[in-house]
Amino acid sequence: MNPQPLIAVVGNPNAGKSALFNALTGARQKVGNYPGVTVERKTGRMSFDDGRPAELVDLPGTYSLNPASPDEAVTRQVLMGQREGERKPGALLIVVDATNLNNHLRFALQLIGLGLPTVIALNMIDMAERDGIVIDQARLSAELGVPVVATVAVRKRGLDDLRAALDRAVAGGGRPLAAVLPNPEDFGEVQRRATAIAHAVAQQPASAKLTNGFDRIALHPVAGPILLAVLMFVMFQAVFSWSKVPVDALASLQAKMAALAVADLPPSFLRSLLVEGVINGVGSVVAFLPQILVLFLFILVLEASGYMVRAAFLMDRMMAGVGLSGRAFIPLLSSFACAIPGIMATRSIDDERDRLTTILIAPLMTCSARLPVYAVIIGAFIPVRDLLPGVGLQGLVLFCLYVFGVAGAMLAAAVIKRTVAKGASGGFLIEMPRYQMPIWRDVAIGLWQRSLIFLKRAGTIILAVTAVLWLLTSYPQVPAGSSLKQSEYSIAGRIASVIEPVVRPIGFNHSITLALIPAMAAREVAVSALQTTYSIDAGDDENKGEQQLVGRLRTAWSLPTALAFLAWFVFAPQCLSTIAVIRRETNGWRWPLFTLGYLFALAWGAAGITFWTATALGL
Amino acid sequence: MIITRIIFCAVPVLRLDQLPHRQASTISAIDWERLDVREARRLQELGFVEGVAIEALHRGPFKDPIACRVGTMTIALRRALAAAISVEPIAA
Repeated sequence: MNPQPLIAVVGNPNAGKSALFNALTGARQKVGNYPGVTVERKTGRMSFDDGRPAELVDLPGTYSLNPASPDEAVTRQVLMGQREGERKPGALLIVVDATNLNNHLRFALQLIGLGLPTVIALNMIDMAERDGIVIDQARLSAELGVPVVATVAVRKRGLDDLRAALDRAVAGGGRPLAAVLPNPEDFGEVQRRATAIAHAVAQQPASAKLTNGFDRIALHPVAGPILLAVLMFVMFQAVFSWSKVPVDALASLQAKMAALAVADLPPSFLRSLLVEGVINGVGSVVAFLPQILVLFLFILVLEASGYMVRAAFLMDRMMAGVGLSGRAFIPLLSSFACAIPGIMATRSIDDERDRLTTILIAPLMTCSARLPVYAVIIGAFIPVRDLLPGVGLQGLVLFCLYVFGVAGAMLAAAVIKRTVAKGASGGFLIEMPRYQMPIWRDVAIGLWQRSLIFLKRAGTIILAVTAVLWLLTSYPQVPAGSSLKQSEYSIAGRIASVIEPVVRPIGFNHSITLALIPAMAAREVAVSALQTTYSIDAGDDENKGEQQLVGRLRTAWSLPTALAFLAWFVFAPQCLSTIAVIRRETNGWRWPLFTLGYLFALAWGAAGITFWTATALGL
Repeated sequence: MIITRIIFCAVPVLRLDQLPHRQASTISAIDWERLDVREARRLQELGFVEGVAIEALHRGPFKDPIACRVGTMTIALRRALAAAISVEPIAA
């Protein structure tokens, strides 16, 4: 009745079945539902070389013909010709993943067992080639008793051969021989056959042995964590030392551009906006770029080499303690340089709740923008004294600030996982790929793309924020002859007066409050903001300005206030770029506002406890 | 079917979390009832099916998670999940 042959496309999920279906049918598709069940029915039309049409039906991706789920039940019924409203297919196109033959051949054998004319698409053959897996196609075809065609669906490779093979199949060729068929109902037997065939036709690359050898060290319960710690140490050293030269160069370029603008333009609103808003604002983001590039370089190489999954493996038990999995380790680690790439890296976490929790706690990792603030305050208030040989008090305080950040993050994760992101843990179930040499071109492309995203995301928001904050601190201008300082008279100064009663209990005075406002653009801005409020003209020599600041702070602040200020910066979300990235990554305002709220609350509490304790101790 | 296997099998049945390293084995049963749908799917996707060859390779610090070879792939999973998988060591 219906002259068009019907070909069913079947295979495991992730075999590239839908990509192949799309490549064969193009736009000529119809999507609906099988009546009575929520299983998608997708059909399309393809034509053979001579133009004769054939109808293709894309069956749901399944693992077996055991009717355990609606998908599998429908697949089984269609293939047996028992599904109402669907003809029995005249031929089968079985899609298998060439990199995962052992796994996919099991289902293929079950399907071949149905006795329909069959063609096998050995898909993703390029990935297998890349991994060094050599597959004897002729042998595979002989073992299975059906034609095998190598394809790369996403690149439309092998499609002509596939169409020709399907043409022969619908004409009645390619019907599997009864003799080679296993009993499709005997699962153990099917699996043993699949394993035997996979072993016979696919040669695993030599790198498999190498991987095993290296994993004995990399995953060793003692040596593994030590290796990981060494790698992380090298990475952070590199982030700060390799980037020193370009960071300094960028800073001087920024200063030159500002000087040029000042020299060439008459004083005006626009010049101030350009110098203080645009050049300094963009400059403060771009200054982080070298560090972030080095960080990305390490992460990309560790990812491409296959080590990243090992790091996640080693850290999983610890992360499980707060309800996360090993996958959260890398994003959190990146956040030590900057929370923005860290939050972007959470996309690799497939469990939504784990991902959200990781995003929410990433700003608690001590990022490099906190360092200038810590350096100034520690330099001013913590005496240079050795507690033990080689262990200085200043270094110890800095170390403690890092520890407080991590401890705060762990605590926050534990609470968030039990409240707002409640639910069973996503667990940790992951394939550990073989080690391989990173493909440098891919690394370079990755580096380029990620830095572009960083510049775009951070650049646009920080530009806007800096410009707004510049407006807030510059206007309205102090009338001539007034004894008031510009910073006090400006909108920011007035806002600070409103906020001050809130932060007065934790030991913050008006100048500190005022410095916190522009520091919303980036934490390190707090230093220059303090210089401004204490009327220090840094001039050409920034170090001299900082030294003056240290002196001023010593007389203006008490030790409890200074310690409270440090505690505040451990927790406070003083970085609107991070908040903006959270908004993008969570698609809405709910979570960024939540982050702002809980982090400010945490910062207030921590600064308060520090201030009150230090005051009570008479420091 | 799982029960009959445990009672009548001549070879001892272990759980994957109890399997000594480098002991060649096959998966004899997976307690699908204990797993949620997503976990079960993911396990199947990664090749955990009755009859597949399996071997424990590494354990993380504090004995968790476990890395094991399943077929030709190496998979890491947590002990709690491994406890749902019964294995039969292959007598040398």
